[in-house]
Amino acid sequence: MGYGVYVPIYRIRVEEIAKVWNEDAEGIKTSLNIVEKSVQDKDEDAATIAVQAARRAVSHAGIDAREIGAVYVGSESHPYAVKPTATIVKEAIGTGNRVMAADLEFACKAGTAGMQMVMGLIDSNMIKYGMTVGSDTAQGRPGDALEYTAGAGGAAFILGKGGSGNIAEILKTVSFTSDTPDFWRKEGASFPSHGGRFTGEPGYFNHTISATKMLFEETGFKPSDFDYAVFHQPNGRFPTNVAKQLGFTSEQIKNGLITPMIGNTYSGASLIGLAATLDVAMPGQKILVTSFGSGAGSDSFAIEVTENIEARRGSLVPVRDIISKNKTYVDYSIYLKHKKAIKKE
Amino acid sequence: MDVAPASLWRKINTRYNLVGNTCKNCNTSYFPQRVVCRNCGRKSKLEERKFSGNGTIFSFTRIMVPPDAFREDAPYTIGLIKLDEGPMVEGHIIDNCAEIKIGGKVKTVFRRMQTEDKEDLIRYQYKFEPL
Ligand SMILES: [Zn+2]
Repeated sequence: MGYGVYVPIYRIRVEEIAKVWNEDAEGIKTSLNIVEKSVQDKDEDAATIAVQAARRAVSHAGIDAREIGAVYVGSESHPYAVKPTATIVKEAIGTGNRVMAADLEFACKAGTAGMQMVMGLIDSNMIKYGMTVGSDTAQGRPGDALEYTAGAGGAAFILGKGGSGNIAEILKTVSFTSDTPDFWRKEGASFPSHGGRFTGEPGYFNHTISATKMLFEETGFKPSDFDYAVFHQPNGRFPTNVAKQLGFTSEQIKNGLITPMIGNTYSGASLIGLAATLDVAMPGQKILVTSFGSGAGSDSFAIEVTENIEARRGSLVPVRDIISKNKTYVDYSIYLKHKKAIKKE
Repeated sequence: MDVAPASLWRKINTRYNLVGNTCKNCNTSYFPQRVVCRNCGRKSKLEERKFSGNGTIFSFTRIMVPPDAFREDAPYTIGLIKLDEGPMVEGHIIDNCAEIKIGGKVKTVFRRMQTEDKEDLIRYQYKFEPL
C-alpha cells in the first residue's frame, strides 16, 4: 500500500574509523564494499527513526491511520528492554486504540517477520491495513569489524487488500529457520558478539540461499523471472556474493544495494533495499526479497508490482535522494558522542 | 531527574502530534490547548486540532550552558515558532546543517527530548527542523 524510509543525516567515512584503529581503509572499503555509514543524532533512537519512517509510509499510502489494525516494530535496539516501541509508533501516527501491536526481535530480519505476520492478519480478514517497521541504531564494539558497517535507519511498510491502492502484491513468502549461534547480545550487554568467520557460511549464506531456493521450488520461479533482487546487506560484499551464487546478475541487485552508502541498518536493511527498488520498479515487474537475521533465519518474498505504482509516487522522496541529499560528515569523537559512548557522570 | 509517568502520559498526544485546539466561533487556534477562547469567553466553541507542524521561526537562541536534563545536547537551539495555523510555540530547533534564521520555515520531527537517568522514562516529542 505504502512505504516510508528514514535515514539520519550524519555519516562517518571508513577512513575516519580506520584512522583511529590504524587499519587499512582502502582494504576495508574493498573487502566490505562500503564507503561510509549513517549515524543517528544525539536525540535519535530506534523509536524516533521508526516514527519518522512510519509517518512517511502513512502519507505515501494515503490512508486514514485509524484504519491500521496492527503495528509491529522489528529492531535489535529497542530503546526500552521492557516497554514496546510499537506503542510509541502507533500513538505518533494516530492509529487509535483498536490496534494490535508488538515489538519483534530477530537480529536483522524482524522487519520482514513483521511483514509476514501482517500478511496473515490481512488474509484472514482480521484487519484492513497493517504496518511493519524495521528500525535500528546498530551497535558495533569500538575496534570491531562491525564498527565499519553498523548504521542507523529504518523503513515502514503498510500492507492491505487495497485494490486500486495497491502498488505491489506479495505472491508468496517462505522462511528458512534454524538455531545457529552466529551473532548475539545478552540483556545488559552494550555490544553484540559474533562468531567471527563462523558467521558467514553457516549463517548468512546458508539461510539466504536455502530460503530463496525454497521459494523457487514452491513457486516455480527462477532468477531470470525477477527484474530485481534484494538481499540482506550486512556489508556490500555478502549480498553481491550471494546473488552470484544464486544466479542473479549485478544488474538485478544494484537498485536495492544501499548498505555501501549508509552501512547495515539491521532490521531496516532489507526493507530499505526493497523501498529503493520499488522507487524505480515499473508495472508488471517482479522483485525477489530475501532477508537474513542471525540466530538464524531468512524470509524470502516474491513480489509483483501493479499498474498503480507510478501514479502513487507523487510526492514520495526516493530512497536514493533521502540518503544522498542533506548529509553531513562527523569525525570519530562526534560519532562517539552521538552513539552516547561518552558519558558525563 | 524524575519523569513522572502520569504527567508524561497526559501530554503524549500534545507532544507527539502537536495537538492544540481551535475556536469554531472565531477561528483562533491555541497551543497548548485552552479551556476558554480568549476572544469569545462564554461563547467559545473549542475543538481539538492536530496542527500541520509547519511554521516560521519568530526568534531563537543558542543554549551553550544547558540545564542538567539537556547536558548531552548542548550546544543546542531553542526557538519561538509561529505555526501556520497561528499559535506561537516554543521548541527545540534541531541542527540539520540548514541555516537557522528568523523568518526561516520549519517543520516538526519526532525526537527524544532530554537525557534521562538510566531507570527513567524516555520523553519523546516534536522538535523543529529548518527546511
Ligand atoms: Zn473564539
